[in-house]
Amino acid sequence: MTSITVSRIRQQQIALLIADGKRLDGRGLMDYRPIQIETGIIEKAEGSARVRLGKTEVMAGVKIGIGEPFSDRPDEGVLTTNAEFVPLASPEFEAGPPGEESVELARVVDRGIRESEAIDLKKLCIVPGKKVFIVFIDIYVLNHDGNLIDASALAALAALMNTKIFKYEVKDDEVEIKPGFTKLPIKNYPIAVTFADINGKLVVDPWLDEEEVMDARLTMTFDKDGRICAIQKGEAGTLSPKQVIEAANIAKEKTEELRKLLVKD
Amino acid sequence: MPKKTKLVNSKGIRTDGRKIDELRPVKLEVGILSNADGSAYIEQGKNKILAAVYGPGEVHPRHLALPDRALLRCRYHMAPFSVQERKSPAPSRREVELSKVIREALQPAIFLERFPRTSIELFIEVLQADGGTRCAGVTVASLALADAGIPMRDLVVACAAGKADGHIVVDLNDIEDKEGEADVPVAYMPNFDAVSLLQMDGILTIEEFEQAISLALDGCRKIYALQKEALKAKYQAIKEEVEGAEEE
Repeated sequence: MTSITVSRIRQQQIALLIADGKRLDGRGLMDYRPIQIETGIIEKAEGSARVRLGKTEVMAGVKIGIGEPFSDRPDEGVLTTNAEFVPLASPEFEAGPPGEESVELARVVDRGIRESEAIDLKKLCIVPGKKVFIVFIDIYVLNHDGNLIDASALAALAALMNTKIFKYEVKDDEVEIKPGFTKLPIKNYPIAVTFADINGKLVVDPWLDEEEVMDARLTMTFDKDGRICAIQKGEAGTLSPKQVIEAANIAKEKTEELRKLLVKD
Repeated sequence: MPKKTKLVNSKGIRTDGRKIDELRPVKLEVGILSNADGSAYIEQGKNKILAAVYGPGEVHPRHLALPDRALLRCRYHMAPFSVQERKSPAPSRREVELSKVIREALQPAIFLERFPRTSIELFIEVLQADGGTRCAGVTVASLALADAGIPMRDLVVACAAGKADGHIVVDLNDIEDKEGEADVPVAYMPNFDAVSLLQMDGILTIEEFEQAISLALDGCRKIYALQKEALKAKYQAIKEEVEGAEEE
């Protein structure tokens, strides 16, 4: 794991406390850090959000463009997700082309949104086979204190829910932009919950020091109907099949809790 | 996803004639490239995948060397001709992610601490892709590592399960992967009952997910037996060659 080196003694302390059902920052094993979500913070983006998860801070911006659809889905809009580990977010981040971890982060967030069909891509078709809306989600990590996946997934969904698309008319296959906006059609609300396995014990929402100690990482994304829509195991440790099933049941509950931060019914 | 094909018929038979809990034919060969320190080849359905291991050797660039263990590097790559529409040979974001999860799937099995300040380079080349390449890639890579004589706690074996036309099925082929409802690749170390790779895309309830995991693990155990046979076959061949030479 790339992060700031945690001293051996602190690593031991973290692991010993967790074995005892406690955490260094006073949380219970299945408690999240405080979460703050703000939306509409970047006026020039069609959608935006900032999520603070403890000291972790992630921004997501949505830009809408017009382009060609994929040939195998001529009547659907296109979704692309990218993540930037901005150098100001951590002494470990460097400027340059996206590394393995930012590619993984973007793809895990993308998978949750795509597989749950969070965006109604069929409604983003302008001229079938020729012109569709492209939804660009850009995840911007501003301060890395662990669990970037959950913070990013929340930020991306919050930004999408905040996204407006300009009104348009089609004349001779050309798109003419009209005044006014409509909301981006959202039909599902995927929420990610990430676990760290530390010496065989699972905790949710690991912060940076815990990520340094963890043996394995497991992210499970659930849709609004309580079904799994994405999973990603990370790091070089292993999990028992029993732990995986246990995690799925906990994640289902946790995602319901977290979803309430964004979806008020 | 537009449904084009009937993936499982009323008799529970899949597009390629398999039952829902049946694996595709698997062919494994060990030690097939002369330059590599270890190599292996797998055919699983129409998948054709080569794996090669170089190392332990010097680390380039040197500052990446780890003081207490070997650096494991993995490159999963698909040949441009391996799929229907030519794939650019430049590594895609998918390949970057798969290289990472495959490396993490194999790493727990290797005694990296035996080789500090060295690197072990693992190359997986998908010559033809037919669904489930990351799993077949893990299975074949683990044999290549063993063939290179790298000490391991267990062989890592991988197999996917998923959902097609409402049925939980094992070892998805290309069309089930593309048009099915879900795909759950799993890598497993049978001697430790340890899962070292787990991903999922698609939609599953928790109950279906449990079923898929158990089907994937059954698949893993079956392929694990084939892996061991393939390793033994290589040494059996060498043994026979040596004994044949002695008799002459």
